Amino acid sequence: MIRIERRLTEARWLVVAVPAGSLLAAAFLSGIILALTGHDPIGTWARLLDRGFLAEGAMSATFVTATPLLLTGLAAAAAFRMQTWNIGAEGQLYLGAVGASGIGIALHDQSPVLIIPAMVIAGIVTGAAWAAIPGVLRAYTRTNEIITSLMLNYVAGLLMTYLIFDSHSYWRDLSTFTARVFPQGKYLSDSASWPSLGLAGIAIPFGFLLGMVAAAALWLIYSRTRFGFEARVIGDSRAAAHYAGIRTRRKIVAVMALSGALAGIGGASEIGDFRHVLDPRGLQQASFGYAGIVVAALARLNPFAVVIVAILLGGLSNAGFSLQGATFPAGLVGTLQGLILFCALAGELLVHYRIRFVRRAAPLARAPEKFGAA
Amino acid sequence: MNNTILVVIAASAISYGTPLLFAALGELLAERSGVLNLGVEGMMLMGAVSGFWAVQTIGGPGWVVLLVAVLVAALVAAATSLIHAVLTISLRASQIVSGLALTIFAGASGLSSYVGHVASLGGQPARHEFAAIDVLGLKDLPIIGPILLHQNALTYLSWALVAVALFYLYRTRPGLHLRAVGESPATADAMGVNVTVYRYVHVMLGGALAGIGGAFFSLAITPGWLDGMTSGAGWIAIALVIFAFWRPELALVGAYLFGAFSSLGFTLQTRQVHLPPEVFSSLPYLMTIVVLVLVSTGWARQRLGAPASLGVPYVREER
Repeated sequence: MIRIERRLTEARWLVVAVPAGSLLAAAFLSGIILALTGHDPIGTWARLLDRGFLAEGAMSATFVTATPLLLTGLAAAAAFRMQTWNIGAEGQLYLGAVGASGIGIALHDQSPVLIIPAMVIAGIVTGAAWAAIPGVLRAYTRTNEIITSLMLNYVAGLLMTYLIFDSHSYWRDLSTFTARVFPQGKYLSDSASWPSLGLAGIAIPFGFLLGMVAAAALWLIYSRTRFGFEARVIGDSRAAAHYAGIRTRRKIVAVMALSGALAGIGGASEIGDFRHVLDPRGLQQASFGYAGIVVAALARLNPFAVVIVAILLGGLSNAGFSLQGATFPAGLVGTLQGLILFCALAGELLVHYRIRFVRRAAPLARAPEKFGAA
Repeated sequence: MNNTILVVIAASAISYGTPLLFAALGELLAERSGVLNLGVEGMMLMGAVSGFWAVQTIGGPGWVVLLVAVLVAALVAAATSLIHAVLTISLRASQIVSGLALTIFAGASGLSSYVGHVASLGGQPARHEFAAIDVLGLKDLPIIGPILLHQNALTYLSWALVAVALFYLYRTRPGLHLRAVGESPATADAMGVNVTVYRYVHVMLGGALAGIGGAFFSLAITPGWLDGMTSGAGWIAIALVIFAFWRPELALVGAYLFGAFSSLGFTLQTRQVHLPPEVFSSLPYLMTIVVLVLVSTGWARQRLGAPASLGVPYVREER
């Protein structure tokens, strides 16, 4: 008989072994799906790894995808840590992109020293403001934040589409005849392009560096400040926090805004680092916000682990985008991400519980026998 | 008279509300057993893609094909929900994260899209679809004709399901046990009710109904397949369960309310009301938020009707 017993302490080695095992198990399960649909699993995986990590220039491209994943992963980790379920990183990232591109267009003739910080701040402000809506609704009207933050993702996507495709907004390029017929956004000036750091032939985007700083800051906030301590108490027991006099309402709004700000930086980085134009279709297809949930869960909400997991999943997504075609069907990346998350959830059981194979428990009447023959 | 705007809106509200009703009834049953499943969107998309695949591949008379397609959609979505059931009921995983994982796994850029591409379903014209039935030849009856007597078979099935769900929940012993499992699993366990079995069965029943709701998109509303074609209906269905205070009859009302918001854009555009299309498209999402806020405050403050053990795994030894 199988018995599941709660461990008194988390098993340390499992904290690393479970995510690693999850990746392997997900690779195996996706192999079954590939084989069932007539694709060669090993060949597909080899190409995935090659395009994601090994091929020339692959790591630079992987960092391009890892950057938004790092920031949306941190956004999810920041909120989930307090058991506040911000599923709206997707929309908050869009809003960050809208804010950063808006300010970038407005300051087009300024120097990078001014434009780049302004874009980062604009991303933070717009992302935080968008996330504050479900935060305030949760705190003051007790409305389920999962659904409200998710609904706002669709609204944010429609807002971007409106700005570029269905209006003569500030973001839309109307300077030429073709641009009026085939709608597209205004491109930002060169001085609004964020720098990148060359390291061993790999270009690390400025947004990724910001994300690493944000990860360290998030760790500091949650482990070394009163704010973080109170947020963790709320996460563990809302009733206990209330009795301890912690102002839970303010904290919910603050943590949602913090989470949205991180996703907003992700949106700003999408503009400053890569796209240089507000691109509703591209941003919506990428669905970085939802992938951030996978990153955070696989990293078990640890900010430093988020950095590493973002690079791993960034590699998979990057390979998925670049390989997409007849032999590499769309949808495989999301399937893979879901499988990884399932395995991580199943593995979580091992971290908290011990599974023991024992002989069927003796009936009560025979209990005294255990003193004699065992 | 039957062409007046209110009649047209009411008729299309019922049509657009039907998938929401199926999915919400399913989620309601799962939540009544104490399991929150946020994977509705993913399960609906699996139902939509597999139902459409069945219609395109199976030969035979139209009504048989459609019947089989609905069964396929229900089975595939129920199988999808089994993942959530195993993770949350047997392995005690977080219901919220597992449900999200299910939506990512099966959702718009996940397995449903993969299946759609592998079977190259995108852009294919549907071989069969659910057409409106002219009940007793009375579709031209003033007002109630187009609204109530000119809908398709699945809509009529959904009405029957509401009645069945009501009878099941409040008039049968398994229904009583189900409510007990959702309110107090320990008590139900002591009564001799198998909590695990009840939860598994109702999560999968919820999956099956979500699958039929998804198939309604690909076989009735816009026959065909498009990645992410349910566009958030699964999430609206989850909100609907809260709005309905976990009661089937109120889910019916709510589904048609949200159906009206979803269809309003199309109706008004054909009537030469000129507003940006995004305003109409965002209406169902914004109204979901507004309605949720309304039912979360004031008179509904005590979360009337929410099963007490919703979201909590049941472990016999850890009471």
